[in-house]
Amino acid sequence: MLETEKIFLEEKARIIRKHIISMLGEAGSGHPGGSLSAADIVAALFFHHMNIDPARPHWEHRDRFILSKGHAAPVLYAALAEAGFFDTKELKYLRKTGHMLQGHPDMKSTPGVEISTGSLGQGLAVGNGMALAAKLDGRDYRVFVLMGDGEIQEGMIWEAAMAAAHYKLDNLVGILDYNGLQIDGPITQVMNPEPIVDKWKAFGWHVIVIDGHDFEEIISALEQADRIEGKPTLILAKTIKGKGVSFMENQVDWHGKAPSKEEMELALKELSQGEVLERWETLK
Amino acid sequence: MGNPEIKMKATRDAYGEKLAELGEKYEDIVVLDADLAKSTKTILFGKKFPKRFFDMGIAEQNMVGTAAGLALSGKIPFASTFAVFATGRVYDQLRMSVCYPKVNVKIAATHSGLTVGEDGASHQALEDIALARALPNMTVVVPCDAVETEKVVEFAVEYVGPMYIRLGRSKVPVILDPGYKFRLGKGVVLREGKDVSIIATGIMVAKSLEAAEVLAQKGIDAEVINMSSIKPLDKELILESASKTGGVVTVEEHSIIGGLGSAVCEVLSENLPVPVERVGVKDVFGESGSAEELLEKYGLSINDIAAAAERIILRRQK
Ligand SMILES: Cc1ncc(C[n+]2csc(CCOP(=O)(O)OP(=O)(O)O)c2C)c(N)n1
Ligand SMILES: [Mg+2]
Repeated sequence: MLETEKIFLEEKARIIRKHIISMLGEAGSGHPGGSLSAADIVAALFFHHMNIDPARPHWEHRDRFILSKGHAAPVLYAALAEAGFFDTKELKYLRKTGHMLQGHPDMKSTPGVEISTGSLGQGLAVGNGMALAAKLDGRDYRVFVLMGDGEIQEGMIWEAAMAAAHYKLDNLVGILDYNGLQIDGPITQVMNPEPIVDKWKAFGWHVIVIDGHDFEEIISALEQADRIEGKPTLILAKTIKGKGVSFMENQVDWHGKAPSKEEMELALKELSQGEVLERWETLK
Repeated sequence: MGNPEIKMKATRDAYGEKLAELGEKYEDIVVLDADLAKSTKTILFGKKFPKRFFDMGIAEQNMVGTAAGLALSGKIPFASTFAVFATGRVYDQLRMSVCYPKVNVKIAATHSGLTVGEDGASHQALEDIALARALPNMTVVVPCDAVETEKVVEFAVEYVGPMYIRLGRSKVPVILDPGYKFRLGKGVVLREGKDVSIIATGIMVAKSLEAAEVLAQKGIDAEVINMSSIKPLDKELILESASKTGGVVTVEEHSIIGGLGSAVCEVLSENLPVPVERVGVKDVFGESGSAEELLEKYGLSINDIAAAAERIILRRQK
């Protein structure tokens, strides 16, 4: 991966994070922690790896992205708007009556949303269906499913994990946003899902462990997954919940609480300075 | 609610507080949650009685199955999560492990209805009463305010058998006085009237009382009934009131399919066919927005209730 590509993605992720904060501050409710932790993964998918065409959200050959952890809708909306699926002006109306950006992704109202989510645990199975259809139709699109580390406590995740391996869905990639926190506390204290890597391996998946905030590692894992044959890949991305906003980082209380006006200003200020921006400025 | 005299409290808050209080008296109470303890307020019990509190993680089906096992071993389990998950996600577990064997599990489901607000359709249970009501052996109760919630929780501890208690997220007016007695299978006339019967449940009871005031100004004398016990249903009271007024409006923060409206129609059509208007969500999913805006948009405002009552008067005159 070229240095310029990396700087480009870092900048995209920074803008996505700013959108997330502004949207949630404006909405007055929603989920910052898990949106921010996934920003780099989502930026890498939408602005580097996935084969998509925002002008044709239903293009048959597009790669599919499923936000199984639907509460992180702001990260998806920010990426979709930045990519051009719809006007960034819409972001202002997140969670408002009569507007298209629902609290959790709604495929009927929002272009680029592949499936409505918000009830945890259901996205991987839908991804399996899309991956199976690609095989049936001889199409080479790929399916990416982003899951939460609390979300994988749902039994249905493991039913889907078993099925994906059984049907050798090598066109399917699961990405685990491994930020260590859910609502009631650290995942290991609420309902320990460890050892997570061993579990996915035992279910027949190829597993890659990465730093979910390092673009070189994210991109190289996605490319490695492209090459794996005969089994699905799980990318376990170690992340920081609330990443990018110092007072939100690793704070369980920032799972589902919107920033106040002052907190929003503070967060936006933090996201409007620093190395990423400087590198981007020199590139321009 | 413009009136500052009226106390506002969410039914989920009343539930959490009461449960924590009853935990002292009843050592067999155990509480289960699915990573929503701070929202359902079971955290209050959990903090006080950590040994008798089980956070099951994001795994509702396992939570309900475990609750059944605890109940079969002499415990009194209360299992809580949002109403969408507490019915839809665990339906077969409720059917097979709780209702069919008639096991003593209490499902206390919070965040029901449109007043979930900003989280949107995915989180707004508008069919949970219908689902719960269809299960044999299931008891379904929808408290109208914080006072009734406390009484229902007290009742639930003593009652033996499956029970679904439907609670809400938003603060709602406290309309009953502390001496109120909850009786399963009994509705309560909160306002007597002779022109039309308004039968309401849950948070729509307060709105119905306000609608009755609006109607009174128009010379219409409405009776308002709090029908918190949806199953078993107070057939006698429904028939008594309907035979007096000759027309019924049902009001619920739920789909018009399968909930209170359907239940009342079942009783009336078999015994005393009179005109009925069902105020509820018209077979659609909700959306994101503020609680009050959504109630307005989906036809659950005070004016909608009053308008339905006026339609009854017109229909009866024909
Ligand atoms: C089936 C279901 N149960 C419960 C919830 C409520 N809920 C929303 S987010 C969340 C915690 C998610 O934790 P995790 O998967 O780790 O997400 P992240 O940390 O990435 O935000 C819960 C319990 C839900 N949306 N769906
Ligand atoms: Mg997490």
